[in-house]
Amino acid sequence: MMMTKPQTKWACAVTAGVLSIGLLSTRVPAASQQQPTDIAVVISGDPGTPPRYAVPDFVALTPDAADAAKTLGQVLWDDLNFEREFYLIPRDTYGSIPAARRPEDVPFASWRELGADAVFFGTVQRTGNEMRVQVRLFNVRSRQSVFSKEYSGSANNPRLYAHTIADEIHQQQRGLRGVARTKLAFVSDRDRQRVDGTVENREVKEIYYADYDGANQRRLTISRQLNGFPNWSPDARSLAYTSWRPNPDIFISLMYQGVLQNPTKGVGTNYLPVFSPDGKQIAFMSSRDGNPEIYVANVDGSSVRRLTNHPAGDSTPTWSPSGTQIAFTSDRTGKPQIYVMSAVDGSNLRRLTTSETEADRPTWCSAFDEIAFSARTSAAGFDVKVYDFSSGQTRQLTFGEGTNEGPAYSPNGRHLAFTSTRSGRVQVYTIGRDGKDLRQITRDGSNQTPAWSN
Amino acid sequence: MRNQRAFVVITLVVTVLAVGCGRNKKPVVAAPQPTPTLSPTETTPPAPPQRVEESVPVPQPRLSEDAIANRSLDDLNRNSPLKPIFFPLDSAELDETGRAIATADADVLKKYNSWAITIEGHCDERGTPEYNLALGERRAGAVKAYLASLGVSADRMKTVSYGKEYPFDSGHSEEAWSKNRRGHLVITSK
Repeated sequence: MMMTKPQTKWACAVTAGVLSIGLLSTRVPAASQQQPTDIAVVISGDPGTPPRYAVPDFVALTPDAADAAKTLGQVLWDDLNFEREFYLIPRDTYGSIPAARRPEDVPFASWRELGADAVFFGTVQRTGNEMRVQVRLFNVRSRQSVFSKEYSGSANNPRLYAHTIADEIHQQQRGLRGVARTKLAFVSDRDRQRVDGTVENREVKEIYYADYDGANQRRLTISRQLNGFPNWSPDARSLAYTSWRPNPDIFISLMYQGVLQNPTKGVGTNYLPVFSPDGKQIAFMSSRDGNPEIYVANVDGSSVRRLTNHPAGDSTPTWSPSGTQIAFTSDRTGKPQIYVMSAVDGSNLRRLTTSETEADRPTWCSAFDEIAFSARTSAAGFDVKVYDFSSGQTRQLTFGEGTNEGPAYSPNGRHLAFTSTRSGRVQVYTIGRDGKDLRQITRDGSNQTPAWSN
Repeated sequence: MRNQRAFVVITLVVTVLAVGCGRNKKPVVAAPQPTPTLSPTETTPPAPPQRVEESVPVPQPRLSEDAIANRSLDDLNRNSPLKPIFFPLDSAELDETGRAIATADADVLKKYNSWAITIEGHCDERGTPEYNLALGERRAGAVKAYLASLGVSADRMKTVSYGKEYPFDSGHSEEAWSKNRRGHLVITSK
């Protein structure tokens, strides 16, 4: 087998820096310190077609790493497939290709015959509850390694290593911010617990969150009350939500510190908090002055200012990416429609949706100049539509059965989470911005009002 | 006359038992026993001596309103003297029927002026969860404003919107929806 330059450098991988990525620490071998824009590292496919990637199982260097090695291959394949930048060769077609134990044994000729332009080689080693992962991406034609990295950390969640690799590959190969390490928050009644203190039989709804692909679903709130409408802080380390205790109020959970804040402190009724893009303010709906209006406050609850003043209901605020405008829903014409105003003082008010019978839950995209919303498309329900600011046109994203509502953009703007009743009870799904690649995220109980983290 | 009085007393006893009865138990009302008919045979024994009984006085229930006052909060809310106010689709305005019910509710609240209530705004399932939160909030606020206009102190009333989260009727017909568009009054302290 050929010995290529990066392989020799792999052996003496010098720690160039330690990055802290969640549970992982990453060491960057000197060999991989190319600029992301370096044309030499970008693997291309045949002219006019996306490059074809092969992601075989990683190699377990210790027997107890066998499961992780398989998980890494499968999850990395899924993560890369999600952005649809590459053609991912199905993993069940790799059977005829001998598995390499060392990077210098990668059978490039066989991979080329399978049509691969790029192939991964990775190893996993376990020591107690620690895990060490090494990974390389090879250009099959040149047999050069274009990406080479080593990760170490807890062995509790091998998927996180694959997510990290996928995000870094998308960044290096496509200049694209991947979403493999992002999370979805939503509200679920899956616990089937009864709210205390009411005569009626009312079930609790608690805030849950999961990886972007639906793995690792975890419960955040334990209030045994009605909770809903979660929203992520820009650093993805806090969730703001509405909690009925039983008075409806806004809470912010600092998830990794075990701290719960209550910025609105029971002044009137408060609902539907959303963080400003800089994370310093929340916009929300409150009836503290007698009628549902839009307010903005600092995240600590100080400097409350009111932006709307209308006897109709004003609700569901969402910030523009620059933080200078807020879109919201108002039924001031009789039916809910979407409006835009200044985030400073509510001035420059204008109506956005003019040809919908009903429109609600605007969600401003941070990557493209557009707003997604729920639009009534039949007596039975809604579909997700997208209003494009540059053209003034609206396009319909979902056409599924039942009702399709509550859109939330991924941070790179290429995907949306939403809820649908197409399979019976209301569940969270994701779909591409182009309306393709539908995926069901939740299945247990009913699940609603998704929010997508940075 | 005596029988009538006895019947009244029995009715009162039954009422008191029913009112005082525990949570979900339906009061069991004993059916009046039929009087045995005498069979026309010669061996018929002589009629037993007529018993002379004095009606045992039962402590008078206090006024029925006091029976209400004595009930627990859960009992009160389970069969509440405060009736819900229903709304038309997409509306947060009390119509004529709604105002009449609210007026009766205001009378109850003025009679029991120590009670504090929460007015819950509820909606049918047809809108989005977010819009229904605002609509429910306006329904609760409209009921509160109307009760206040009738003299119920505003600081006895809290509002909450549950949007479409907790329907009273889980059906998907107009009949169900019309029950779910309501301002629902819950007694929270007395």
